[in-house]
Amino acid sequence: MGNRSMAFLSNDLIYSAIVVFALAFIFHAIETAWSVRIGEGRNLDRSRTERLARNATGLIFLADLILLAGLITRGLSAERLPLGNMYEFSITGAFAFTTAYLIALKKFQIRWLGLFVAAGALLTLGTAVTLLYVESAPLVPALKSPWLVIHVSAAIISGGIFLLANSIAAIYLILEKIEGKGARGNWSARLPSLDALDQLTYRLIALVFPLWTFSIIAGAIWAEAAWGRYWGWDPKETWSFITWVAYAAYLHARVTAGWKGKKAAWLCLIAGSTFLFNYIYVNIWGTGKHTYSGL
Amino acid sequence: MAKIEKDRTRELRELGGYSLLRYLWRLLTSMRTALILLLLLGLASIPGSIIPQRTQNPFQVQDFFEANPSISPWLDRFYLFDVFGAPWFSAIYILLFVSLVGCLLPRLNHYRRAIFERPSKPPQTFENSQGFSQLDGDMDRVIEWLKKNRYRFERFDGAISAEKGYLKEFGNLLFHLSLLLILVGIAMSSLFGMRGEAIVNEGERFINTPVAYDNISPGRLYSLDSMQPYRIDLNDFTAKYNPITNQALDYELKVTIRDDTDAKAREGVIRVNRPLTFGASRVFLQATGYSVLVTVRDSSSVVTFQGPVPLLPQDPNLTSAGAIKVPDMNPGIGFVASFIPTIERDPVRGAFSSFPEPLDPHLLLAAWQGDLGMDEGKPQSIYRLDTTKMERIALISMKPGESFDFKVGSITFDGYLPWVNIQVIHDPGKRPALIGGFLALFGALGMLFIHRRRIWIRLSNEGDNNFLEVAGVATSGEEKLLEDLASLKEFLSERVNEGKGN
Repeated sequence: MGNRSMAFLSNDLIYSAIVVFALAFIFHAIETAWSVRIGEGRNLDRSRTERLARNATGLIFLADLILLAGLITRGLSAERLPLGNMYEFSITGAFAFTTAYLIALKKFQIRWLGLFVAAGALLTLGTAVTLLYVESAPLVPALKSPWLVIHVSAAIISGGIFLLANSIAAIYLILEKIEGKGARGNWSARLPSLDALDQLTYRLIALVFPLWTFSIIAGAIWAEAAWGRYWGWDPKETWSFITWVAYAAYLHARVTAGWKGKKAAWLCLIAGSTFLFNYIYVNIWGTGKHTYSGL
Repeated sequence: MAKIEKDRTRELRELGGYSLLRYLWRLLTSMRTALILLLLLGLASIPGSIIPQRTQNPFQVQDFFEANPSISPWLDRFYLFDVFGAPWFSAIYILLFVSLVGCLLPRLNHYRRAIFERPSKPPQTFENSQGFSQLDGDMDRVIEWLKKNRYRFERFDGAISAEKGYLKEFGNLLFHLSLLLILVGIAMSSLFGMRGEAIVNEGERFINTPVAYDNISPGRLYSLDSMQPYRIDLNDFTAKYNPITNQALDYELKVTIRDDTDAKAREGVIRVNRPLTFGASRVFLQATGYSVLVTVRDSSSVVTFQGPVPLLPQDPNLTSAGAIKVPDMNPGIGFVASFIPTIERDPVRGAFSSFPEPLDPHLLLAAWQGDLGMDEGKPQSIYRLDTTKMERIALISMKPGESFDFKVGSITFDGYLPWVNIQVIHDPGKRPALIGGFLALFGALGMLFIHRRRIWIRLSNEGDNNFLEVAGVATSGEEKLLEDLASLKEFLSERVNEGKGN
């Protein structure tokens, strides 16, 4: 069992990634707090926190690399891609989520989101190692298919972006509430305008909707090859359909019915919660053909 | 007079009915209704994922009925155990698709005309339009830029109107039409499709005819006469299991295939993700279990029963249970049989299997004598022995090769072999559904990432100073328009600078 040492190495790497994510979280927290104290009125002295923020991003990048190494060693130990059970979905999902953030960071000014990204990654990884951990093992026959990689990675990347869009929609709602009471406080003054947040949520969802559609199609193709039917209203299929419908409704509401802001943000959160429900409920308590969680 | 009056009221009434219909049609095909129906479809599928469904797991439905005897009949009355075949569920999606068609037809017509339309005249003033700016440059250079960026444009007196992003609406229409195609595929699957199952022992053959199936459910328009009579010989089946977790690692079935009863034979392998394909039909390896080979003799050693008897797996370690019925003895003899591939004993559970492979196989039997109940013409499960009119005469535990004498005869456990459950699915709708899925995907990409935008350019002057006024309008993706305007500005200023340099 030379694979066991590889599996242990993977565990060590995942734990290291957690430590570095925690450091990044602390850096971001200090940076947020510091920028509040320095400000005079609403003008914040960004130059002093800028360096700290950059360091925090660097830490997230480092943690992401360690996480990737952890994923690769996990895959090597089981001689397959690390997508076989809920523990592996979670660590791959955390990787997809932080990588989506890092890529988005190149295009959009969303460094402020780092605090939430680090927290999200910590929560996901923490749940994975404490509640969802299972020994590294080969796959059951039905999972042995090239479609596993295609279908599951598309679903995980979609999940990462859904999560990102939902975090932004949630922040939108909080800020909207604050602005309703008057001017924004110091800590939130450095966040983008409500309009920008609204736009960003929409763009992320427009980006991910085709990918989610593809992930369902890929799943249907695989289901046809493995179980003989491309669609059978299995709980997981039903809920991915509900998520699809909910995001389709979001896009419709925005583009044709002209919904914006608060209403759209709530619709986005509802759609996102159907995705989370699918991930947690169906994997752990549900029945049906998709319960590979190993729990 | 009276007659005219009467005619008018009738006319009015008819008009009223007609306009009511028109009103309802408008209501149904409005965006709002479509949106509500879409959300309703999502909501309606929720109970289907929470309450057990007959199409997926009929046994779970039975358990649910037993656990909740008071509400289950009510849930059943509202089709909550068959949500996805329920009339109210169909009503929602049929209304949604009618609404969709109602939305699409006028848009298709509109788009057909819009494709060939030239950009319309710019408005009198566009100072208040998006990205308004005044730039230096000349019209030739503007046209050069428009051509380079593949804008469709039209010249007017001193002005140009240019437009881009016609494919957005194409994507939109393609996406929605593809959803209709998927629906057609699903309908074809259920009307012209067929699914059947058969348990076949290793070493036996399967010929695709209606009688070969243990159960078969053809679609409403599927013709049983049209079955392609292919033949599959099940040569060798291997199952591998993880020695630590007992989880199945791999199933492999080696077969000899003939496309027709007298066609040329070819070799093949069926695995879990690798079915055999015959046109729109596919043959899947679905489950596996054990058959036991037994010989039953009467008191004068005449063979009264011989052959493999398939048993049904009861747990992941393939503890298998079933019945052996010997009606040819008088009185009848039957056995409640249980095959245990790797035996383990426990004071609470009794004998059970600890591994799915036959490492220490045992056959446990309870022998019964009496009336098997097979002459009454009532359909009986081959896996269950009806012991109501029988008397138990022996309890037997055997290893392969062993024999046991009971009062009126003997039974020999000759051996065991694996069976596989072959599932045949004929699905002519999957191809249209798949094509629909991919077209919808391409449509969605076009719909979401192409932006329709219009740019106006006008030659203007203040005194001797000639300049261009530029602005535009975007129905979606304002950034794209502003990017284009910035690019135009840069393109024009390059030329201006060049001019100054020379």
